[in-house]
Amino acid sequence: MTEFDKIKEDMEEWQNSVSDKKERQRSFRNLSDIEIQRLYTPNDIKDLNYELDLGFPGQYPYTRGAYPNMYRGQLWTMRQFAGFGTAEQTNERYKFLIEHGQTGLSVAFSLHTIYGVEATDQKALGEVGKEGVAIDTLEDMETLFDGIDLSKISTSMTINAPASILFAMYIVTAEKQGHSPEKLRGTIQNDILKEYIAQKSWIFPPEPSMRLIVDTIEYCTKYVPQWYTISISGYHIREAGSTAVQELAFTLADGFAYVEAGIERGLNVDDFAPRLSFFFNSHNNFFEEICKYRAARRIWAKRMKNKYDAKKPESMRLRFHTQTAGVSLTAQEPENNIVRVTLQGLAAVLGGTQSLHTNSFDEALCLPTEKAVKIALRSQQIIAHESGVTETVDPLAGSYYVEWLTNKMEEEAENYFEQIEELGGVIPAIRANFFQKEIANASYKYQQEVENGEKVIVAVNRFQQEEQSTIPLLKIDEEVAAEQSKKLNNIKKKRDNTKIKEELEKLQNAARGTENLMPYIIDAIRVYASIGEVINALKEVFGTYHEDSIF
Amino acid sequence: MSEKRKIKVLVCKPGLDGHDRGAKVIARALRDAGMEVIYTGIHQTPDDIVNTVVQEDPDAVMLSILSGSHNALCPVIMDKLKEQGIDDVLVAVGGIIPDEDKPFLEKHGLMGFYGPGTDLNTIVDFVKNNLKR
Repeated sequence: MTEFDKIKEDMEEWQNSVSDKKERQRSFRNLSDIEIQRLYTPNDIKDLNYELDLGFPGQYPYTRGAYPNMYRGQLWTMRQFAGFGTAEQTNERYKFLIEHGQTGLSVAFSLHTIYGVEATDQKALGEVGKEGVAIDTLEDMETLFDGIDLSKISTSMTINAPASILFAMYIVTAEKQGHSPEKLRGTIQNDILKEYIAQKSWIFPPEPSMRLIVDTIEYCTKYVPQWYTISISGYHIREAGSTAVQELAFTLADGFAYVEAGIERGLNVDDFAPRLSFFFNSHNNFFEEICKYRAARRIWAKRMKNKYDAKKPESMRLRFHTQTAGVSLTAQEPENNIVRVTLQGLAAVLGGTQSLHTNSFDEALCLPTEKAVKIALRSQQIIAHESGVTETVDPLAGSYYVEWLTNKMEEEAENYFEQIEELGGVIPAIRANFFQKEIANASYKYQQEVENGEKVIVAVNRFQQEEQSTIPLLKIDEEVAAEQSKKLNNIKKKRDNTKIKEELEKLQNAARGTENLMPYIIDAIRVYASIGEVINALKEVFGTYHEDSIF
Repeated sequence: MSEKRKIKVLVCKPGLDGHDRGAKVIARALRDAGMEVIYTGIHQTPDDIVNTVVQEDPDAVMLSILSGSHNALCPVIMDKLKEQGIDDVLVAVGGIIPDEDKPFLEKHGLMGFYGPGTDLNTIVDFVKNNLKR
């Protein structure tokens, strides 16, 4: 009898002996609806091959971590996403965060910037500076980073449809500070596929959008070698209501689609894949999240090696940023969110994240106040410096449950890859509303489970109190829109408008062909064309996108 | 309104905000409760919304706004509805609506203000109990 047979036999005996023990629920299921057993034993992972499936940290298939010594070498980057009001106001917040020990910047842009409409446009009504910093022209960007040395800090910019334009502004702002592009470190989100799938901040149809992304990849590969060209994002897919498995599968499927697009452009996979990075959510189910990150690293490594023929280890090594789940924050007893965020942050760290944003406890109600942001940053610092979880690499490896669940999530993601493949790939699947339907179904199911009490949310559907706790809220100045419009109008008077017209025409001509558009965008930005003007010029060539409104 | 006609609801996402998980969940809950539901999709301008109301003649309009643009957008929508002579439609707004903004929105004829964590039945009942026709 092998060891496994013996355990199996003993397990059966043990199951029988405890079969009369009552359990709180008929079945236990995680947020991906995977049924969780009472107990896991070596039998659940008996096919696990240590060398092939786990290996060593910093080595293929990277299940145990992207780097050999992980947090013993360097802690994750504590990167709090911030931006609101005018460039001046956000610049002040950045300086506050840097002063309190934050090690990287992360820019949240105003919705009008994200959609490439000018602050003065009717469509921008009520949106300017509300959810992020208002940027219209290079001048705003210069103000945003005033007094911050761009050769010393890494900056993540959450921008998608107009990513190439904001990136051009960053390059020119750095140039004006006296820094050449090769010194710049940071990320543009630049992930349009997840916009069609989940967050919906698209502008152009998928094909020209993909071209712009490959243009930025190609440009960075040549001129901005330290820049991360895309942050392939599961975060928004999850926020739109997906399960953890869907987040994992759809995000990696997007990643593979970008790799294929790069290869199609004629780029060598090893020249650009090392600069792709990922961005995941961290939600409430602790172990499910940890296993999601471990599975993601393994899936990426295997496919990059076996399917896309990558040779460099860096092309196979998945690195990621994490943000705790905004959607999990409750408006009821908001202080409890501090605890939720801490657990979610801890899961990200145990899953081996490279950088982390912890949400502020007041974000179900407003943009965070300074106090709330500080507590969120402090939660990370406590995990990093007090909890001891950073002392060894991948401390949960070898747990029967963790390894089983990591395998299970990989398996379920593979099922999704097959379905996407059958639909003809990511873009045809988007056009068929495949992702959108999957997410809408998962999100409705989750909401129903909350309603019927199957999923407990403390102080929302269990342990509620009558009296609502109130906390101070951040108010965004309604004057921002007027101020931003004034700035934009002023710059339009000051600049050389003939030059603008020329540069935009050159850009349009290039857009009609197949040239890389980055140099043209940079030229237009340099003479202070607004984001809206560049976007409109491109819309005339590329057209716009509309989706079916399914629910 | 005759007993047999289904309650017709228009669920809308005004403004540039694309976060429509809540809007979709509510649309589906109202449909499951037996109502006829139309979801406009995202990026609706006040004019888009009013045009759809004119065309579809719903009993209720449910606006979902999470971006903080409610104070700017809602009064414009209400004014434009009035211009069209529409005053017998329940107009509700939900999402992230701070308490202190409610009196202002109420003054403009809006109701609801349901935020994160609201039970879906509460919203279904709210629609049933507050129709204006």
